[in-house]
Amino acid sequence: MERYTLSVLVENRAGVLSRVVGLFSRRGFNIESLSVGPTQDTKISRITIEVFGDELLLEQISKQLSKLIDVIKIKTLRSAEIVKRGLVLVKVKVTPKTRSEVMEITNVFRANIVDISTSTLVIELTGGNGKLNAFLEMIEPYGIEEIAKTGMTALERGTNTLKLDK
Amino acid sequence: MKMTGAQMVVNTLEKNGVKVVFGYPGAANCPIIDKLSFSPIKHILTRNEQGAAHMASGYARVTKTAGVCTATSGPGATNLITGIATAYMDSVPMVVLTGQVGLPLVGKDAFQEVDITGATLPFTKHSYLVNDGLDIPRIVNEAFHIANTGRPGPVLIDFPMDLLKQEFDYPETDEEVSIKGYKLLGKASEPQIKKVAEAIRTAQRPMILAGGGVVISDAVDEFRAFVKNTGIPVMSTMMGVGVMEATDRDYYGMLGSHGSRAANALVNKADLLIVMGSRLGDRTTAHAGRALEHKCRLIHIDIDPAEIGKNIQPAIPVVGDIADVISQLGPMLSDYNVSEDWDKEAQDMKERFAQRLVSENTGTVNPKYFLKCLSKKLDSNAYVATEVGQNQIWTTNYYDFKSPRNFITSGGFGTMGYGLPAAIGASVAQTELPVISIMGDGSFQMNLPEMGTMCQWGIPVKMVVFKNNRLGMVHEHQFMLYNANYQAVYLDGSPDFNKLADAYGIKNAYITENSQIDKAIDEMMKDKESYLLVLDVDPYETTGDALNEKPMTVKEDN
Repeated sequence: MERYTLSVLVENRAGVLSRVVGLFSRRGFNIESLSVGPTQDTKISRITIEVFGDELLLEQISKQLSKLIDVIKIKTLRSAEIVKRGLVLVKVKVTPKTRSEVMEITNVFRANIVDISTSTLVIELTGGNGKLNAFLEMIEPYGIEEIAKTGMTALERGTNTLKLDK
Repeated sequence: MKMTGAQMVVNTLEKNGVKVVFGYPGAANCPIIDKLSFSPIKHILTRNEQGAAHMASGYARVTKTAGVCTATSGPGATNLITGIATAYMDSVPMVVLTGQVGLPLVGKDAFQEVDITGATLPFTKHSYLVNDGLDIPRIVNEAFHIANTGRPGPVLIDFPMDLLKQEFDYPETDEEVSIKGYKLLGKASEPQIKKVAEAIRTAQRPMILAGGGVVISDAVDEFRAFVKNTGIPVMSTMMGVGVMEATDRDYYGMLGSHGSRAANALVNKADLLIVMGSRLGDRTTAHAGRALEHKCRLIHIDIDPAEIGKNIQPAIPVVGDIADVISQLGPMLSDYNVSEDWDKEAQDMKERFAQRLVSENTGTVNPKYFLKCLSKKLDSNAYVATEVGQNQIWTTNYYDFKSPRNFITSGGFGTMGYGLPAAIGASVAQTELPVISIMGDGSFQMNLPEMGTMCQWGIPVKMVVFKNNRLGMVHEHQFMLYNANYQAVYLDGSPDFNKLADAYGIKNAYITENSQIDKAIDEMMKDKESYLLVLDVDPYETTGDALNEKPMTVKEDN
């Protein structure tokens, strides 16, 4: 079992996400993480999906996705050749005593403090799964009030792009 | 030019060559029904929306192009669902037009509102909820293109009724359909087909499994020529029945649950299985254990890449249209002939499992013998639709089909209630050949009111009902797997079907002995009207003769 990242270009239309997500649920594929947003062409959206599985499952997922009329293009992004980032917002409990310790950890991870109150800090951090999890592990002992985490989104390195056929 | 959304729908249907729409009206699709009345397109009122969907499906299977059905919003639309799923599972082209509540009411739980595009997502090839009237011609054109091409399937369009009633500027010239995410397959890869040819040459015991893809691809003649040249033994899936003439020496019957013994035994001896246009469903592979444990090489040829490797990983995958693949593969094997040893082994197997049918009088009509007689009498020149249950398996195994398009059945979804409306659809599609609807007394009662549709529109269907007062297949299932605890299978309370036919003004007969078969068939086929023939059959008649079936011996005591 391995973690795979699929980049899927779809028509930016109502109901497209439910077609994609519905396909995963009814065929018994599990989504690890998901992120969606428009591309430079506003008629087209990019869905980035992380899945756990093997090559055969990945192939079946890709083929089934390809059959959806609203899916324009699919590519499996291999981890060595991509930049992949997610965003986490975390609200941590702090006291006057622990605040500076938490700020120090924040600095080490090059995270940002985006909100502060007498008893909490809201910290934003972007990065891959490893970095986000490592940060949350460091922060956990101070008391996490809330976490909001996005799915991963990714692009290929270098000049490769997921272009549409003209 | 200004016209209403409904008029644009009808105009675009006409442009796509639609001749018939099967449907049921309600407030939301009334604008379409209204405009259809001014068009050469005929609207056939059914008795339930499900009937409309199955009729469109039967119609499509005969005409090879999308059947069209329509229903109103809410319950009208949900009644179509079984028909849409049935078409999806058997790759039948269909365009489904549903009315929807007006756009401002969508999402407000309005009267007769249901999210039908959402409900049918898992079993439509594609679907549209129209939200701009100007899109109507493009969407209808796309729907026909998608339904009819590649691996066919049902496409649903949901029309909010305010858009059907409003006027829009009708674009005079239709743009050619171009869908970014839907491209048709090119030619199959030659190197892959060379690998197939090589695998066939080196195999000792090759076998072909022909599925519905061979039929949809219109490759039956090419397929038969290929088999004649190579001599490779052929079996079929249920959707592939008729790809070979039933009596062809190289045809060994249907594979899988309730299939032929010869096919199920031979597949386990084969060292190479060439699968053409089949998705290798669980029913087909039920008894193919050894073959599928990789003791035999698998070649899988299909137009849908997602079918290849979905259920079983093949050694050689070929993505392509069967007609194209055979046209490339045939010449590569022009000098090839299957080994005499294997041919003999296969023929011996067929001989060994040859069945003798009960033709003498036993107090009931033997359904297997009846079907044999029926195909002989008609020289197989008829469309035969079945329901689901024992009637379907008996027809599959004992009616000698000569052409696959003549067999209309719900293979993948196994829909009881399919046969009668599908037969009506087939009869609307053509008038050249008679259409026979083979049913059990259970399935007949599922969509029995569609007899009214037959009568209203003068659509002739020859109805044959095997009457055993039971849901025969479940009855047998309970015998085998539930210690003969027969529950919920008795059809006490059924009407006298002959009297019912009388009430509809349909000629009918009832027979109880094999000796009456000949005359009864003659009488039924005599003129071009609808007819109901009820046959008394033994409730203990077995379904099929696949490897693990045994005769029912326990008689019920309640």
